[in-house]
Amino acid sequence: MQEGIPFTPQLVASPIAQVLWLIPAVPMVAAGIAALLKQARRRMAATLAIGAMSFSLLLALIAFGHVVGLWAQGLPARETVNFTWIQVGAAHVDLGWVLDPLSAVMLVMVTFVGLLIFIYSTGYMAHDENFTRFFCFLSLFGGAMLGVVISNSLLLLFMNWEIVGLTSYLLIGFWYHRPAAAAAAKKAFLTTRVGDVFFLLGMAWLFAQTGTLLFYNGGAGSIEPMALASLLTQPAALGLTAAGAIGLLIFAGAAGKSGQLPLHVWLPDAMEGPTPVSALIHAATMVAAGVYLIARVYPLMQAGALAGGTTTALTVVTWVGASTAVFAALIAVAQNDIKRILAYSTVSQLGYMMAGLGMGGVAVGMFHLITHAFFKALLFMGAGSVIHGCHDEQDIRKMGGLKADMPLTFITYTVGMLALSGFPLLFSGFWSKDGILEAAQHWSVAKGPFYMLVFGALLTAFYMTRQVSYVFFGHWRGHKPAHESPQSMTLPLVILAFFAMALGLIGTPLWPWFHAFLEGRPAAFNVHGFAEPGLLALMATSTVVVLLGLGLGWWFYGNKTPAQEDPDVLESAAPWVWTALRNRLYVDELYGVTVIAFYGWWAQVADWLDRRVWGGVVTGVAWSFRGVARFNRFFDMFWVDGSFDKGCEELATGGGLLARVQTGRVQTYLRILALAVVLLAAILIWSSRA
Amino acid sequence: MNGIPILTLLTLLPVVGAVIALWSGRHARAVALITALAGLVLALVAWTRLPADGSMGMVERAAWAPSLGIEYHLGADGLGALMLVLSAIVTLMSIDAARRVHRQPGLYFALVLLLEAGLFGSFTALNFFHWFLYWELSLIPAFFLIKLWGGARRGPASTQFFVYTMAGSVALLLAFLAVFLSTGSMDFGHLTEMASTGALEQAVTAHLGPVSLWLVIGILAGFAVKVPLMPFHTWLPAAYAEAPSPVTMLLTGAMSKMGVYGLLRIAIPLFGHQIAQIRTPLLVLAVATIVMGAWAAAAQKDLKRVFAYSSVNHLGYCMLGIFALAVPAVGAAQASQAAALNGVILQMFNHGLTAAALFWFVAMMQERSGGERGIEDFGGLRKPAPVLCGLMGITLFSSLGLPGLNGFVGEFLIFRGVFPLAWVAATVSILGLLVYAAVILTVIQKVFTGPVPERWAAFPDLHSGERLALAPVTGLMMLLGLVPQLIVENVNPTVVNLLAHWRF
Repeated sequence: MQEGIPFTPQLVASPIAQVLWLIPAVPMVAAGIAALLKQARRRMAATLAIGAMSFSLLLALIAFGHVVGLWAQGLPARETVNFTWIQVGAAHVDLGWVLDPLSAVMLVMVTFVGLLIFIYSTGYMAHDENFTRFFCFLSLFGGAMLGVVISNSLLLLFMNWEIVGLTSYLLIGFWYHRPAAAAAAKKAFLTTRVGDVFFLLGMAWLFAQTGTLLFYNGGAGSIEPMALASLLTQPAALGLTAAGAIGLLIFAGAAGKSGQLPLHVWLPDAMEGPTPVSALIHAATMVAAGVYLIARVYPLMQAGALAGGTTTALTVVTWVGASTAVFAALIAVAQNDIKRILAYSTVSQLGYMMAGLGMGGVAVGMFHLITHAFFKALLFMGAGSVIHGCHDEQDIRKMGGLKADMPLTFITYTVGMLALSGFPLLFSGFWSKDGILEAAQHWSVAKGPFYMLVFGALLTAFYMTRQVSYVFFGHWRGHKPAHESPQSMTLPLVILAFFAMALGLIGTPLWPWFHAFLEGRPAAFNVHGFAEPGLLALMATSTVVVLLGLGLGWWFYGNKTPAQEDPDVLESAAPWVWTALRNRLYVDELYGVTVIAFYGWWAQVADWLDRRVWGGVVTGVAWSFRGVARFNRFFDMFWVDGSFDKGCEELATGGGLLARVQTGRVQTYLRILALAVVLLAAILIWSSRA
Repeated sequence: MNGIPILTLLTLLPVVGAVIALWSGRHARAVALITALAGLVLALVAWTRLPADGSMGMVERAAWAPSLGIEYHLGADGLGALMLVLSAIVTLMSIDAARRVHRQPGLYFALVLLLEAGLFGSFTALNFFHWFLYWELSLIPAFFLIKLWGGARRGPASTQFFVYTMAGSVALLLAFLAVFLSTGSMDFGHLTEMASTGALEQAVTAHLGPVSLWLVIGILAGFAVKVPLMPFHTWLPAAYAEAPSPVTMLLTGAMSKMGVYGLLRIAIPLFGHQIAQIRTPLLVLAVATIVMGAWAAAAQKDLKRVFAYSSVNHLGYCMLGIFALAVPAVGAAQASQAAALNGVILQMFNHGLTAAALFWFVAMMQERSGGERGIEDFGGLRKPAPVLCGLMGITLFSSLGLPGLNGFVGEFLIFRGVFPLAWVAATVSILGLLVYAAVILTVIQKVFTGPVPERWAAFPDLHSGERLALAPVTGLMMLLGLVPQLIVENVNPTVVNLLAHWRF
């Protein structure tokens, strides 16, 4: 055990899998260097961050190519490298990384979107005084997020997960002089931590049951069949097996990170951060980490399911996801802040992904994760461009007619909006969302989620049309004219817009390449792809729903340019509903009067217990000691000294001294201690003689 | 024994330093710094010379008063040596932090060094007699440091501190004397052997009747006050708040570990079986320490009191781990015990490092603000003092248990070990994690962020000397967060060794 850490890379791992750790490590090192740079070294900081992310992208592409190569040859496409982190008792805590289709896809997405947003940030943050710090935090985020992706150990994943949470906290509160930003940052960290402590428990449980936290370890990993079989034999409470209970605890962590009900409240507030942060962390990558986590531990979530069936854990995931999807979409309808609308939309779409995982499996959920990352990053960066062009205005009621002033932003934003709405055929969002709806349609447990998700799709198309109408149509309602953004900001928009459309091609029923890749099946053109029963009808339904949403939105808001003070069309129609939605259905208020109030009240109770109850007992004991002391002194003076006058004098001064607690008590105490020791010695001598 | 009596030298070194410091007036700090640095070097030497099998190394034995079972017996295993290193680090930090001792610096630094000697002595003593001497001796310098250099309400605080810990000590002494009467031995190793076969309990019962449980309670009382365990903790917030911050660093960083160490060296080895019987109430107290400690921290307005309760909360995890593992175990449960015990020992070290650093930062803030230390007194400090806030931020997150920093590893291992052994306690304790996070983030929010008040617009940032002093500390937090094996490789063999000798 003294020899140090045994480092045992598996011999089978390919060179690219061996060096996979560089993908997160290089941005982290860049962050470390940037942290030591002086504020004035702006160029250097940005170069470091972008350089590191480019390097990671390059490696990620090589890794992706490698995995695709293996898969195309029909070889097992999962490679792991594990090592021992610490040795406790006879057991050890192992960490490691994994290269498989799931991590490869995610690596490419995170590095690519990340790089674009880094470049965009050089324009967006150009005038910020803490520019250097910003890129330091971004790099740290990038590194930790990539760490989450490649982790082959729940523990390593959790560690990166928490660092991701830290960077999210730092970046939401980046403009720390604004109290709202500082408060939002704190709220984000604490809300996600609620989920994380359950995650921690789940992890402790899984470790205790299986003896490892590695996902894959040549058959001995914690989510491989052997461990799962043993987990299934362990009953837990409420009719769950240990596998189900651990799965749900881990899902609590995922729900926190991915803004699922009831832990969604932090994500809209997180919009206090700079817009590139919203795009990167709170739209494309970090918030999707929860979905990724569930995809990663899917064997655990699915353990015990019969063929085609489901498990309690997955049922919970589905219902939470579907509820979140509708709930957040409803709220998004009544928001006026351009970023908050997108934030609620993100919450809602994350709900779709969770539901997709719950009902359709890894590929269905992950496909929506990937397409969403592109079009939602596009939308956020478009929103950033709008905010930038409108001189930091975020209220959509104060914008209008921007399609003429910001043509490039307008076109790309529209692409993103149509992708998000799921506009048929041309846009990636259509295909990925239809995958989820199809899974919902065939779900064996209940039909509820299907209808909820269809309704959510309607709402999505509606609120996005409302937003686009306010922002880009009608006429300009501001004072200073708006302007188009610099090229460093628009170029990433164009690239993302391209992918918001093109990505759909890899996941159509005609050529479901993505699904085949993730599931390790050979991909092939399937000319009968559309001929599956009910599929065309479903596509038609979803098309109708989307068109209905777009049409309603346009009918209510298109080209209207209402004045800023005018009530919203829906507000006049149903004021009561509108107010409730406007106020985010009062969830924050509910938490304020329950959880937060309890926290404050119980803190006072704890303090009171200390000061009054426990402290009171101590004070009481002290007083009784002092009483004994006074009596002793009294006794001494009258009977031992035998001099009344002297006694009186001493009583006067001594009493004064005694009144000063600080000196009196120690001396008294020492005297008692001495007495006790003498007594004790007497007892000892006496008893040892006997 | 092999040549140089390194542990004796280690304990004597600060005493010599103290004598020199006492007479060197305004150079006292330099003398103390050099002594503490030498102490750290010696402690690290001891750390590298541990036997690989986790048993006691560097053993020194000399007959003293054999008829009374008193023997000069020193030794260090992974646990003891780690505490030596921690004490040395914390003392060095504390002396470095005490840049402005205006009154009697000679006496001040002499007392600090004497305290260090007491710490070293108590972490190496293997015979109750001189262990108890050191245990008590360390109290006296601490008392005077609070009493003479403390804040406005130092009088009651120092008295309460002294009386309270003394009361605990008396209980401990009485209980141990009973053990001695029954067995004729004061040697920890010998008594542990007796306890592991059940002979100790038989001897006690034979001599004194069925009083084992009372003895356990007496011994626990001594340690419960020192650690502290709720509800024996009320001396702590006052003492930590009123002591000068560098002294608080010593109290929380090193002295609080004496209690945990005592549990591991004396209470569990000798009375593991009895502790296992009263495990449930003890677990309740440990969980209360964690949860209510965190919540009480949330109610405080004084930064030092916040961090004082944060110490209560963090040491609660040590208590949780220790009491949870006090259960007869076979098979998988033994792995949980090993995880929990490794976690406890790591937590001892990590808390010592981090908590000491936190109070150091408070000292710096007080120095710069003319003594202010209320949460509400500051605001927006990130702007005028980014380096101070950055490094203090790292320390705060270390305290919060952020992975990647040192605090996480111990907490993770404790939860890993405790969950299978006492899942209810583990589950309730996570509330403490949550509440404590809220406390830390509130501190950051109120002190670091928001608009800068007029009067702090020119709040001085760390100067290069301070940066130089703090860089290794925060660096160590990161290093141990990423490579905890640096500590665990010496601690784990000892854990295995200890568990093999304990009987529950």
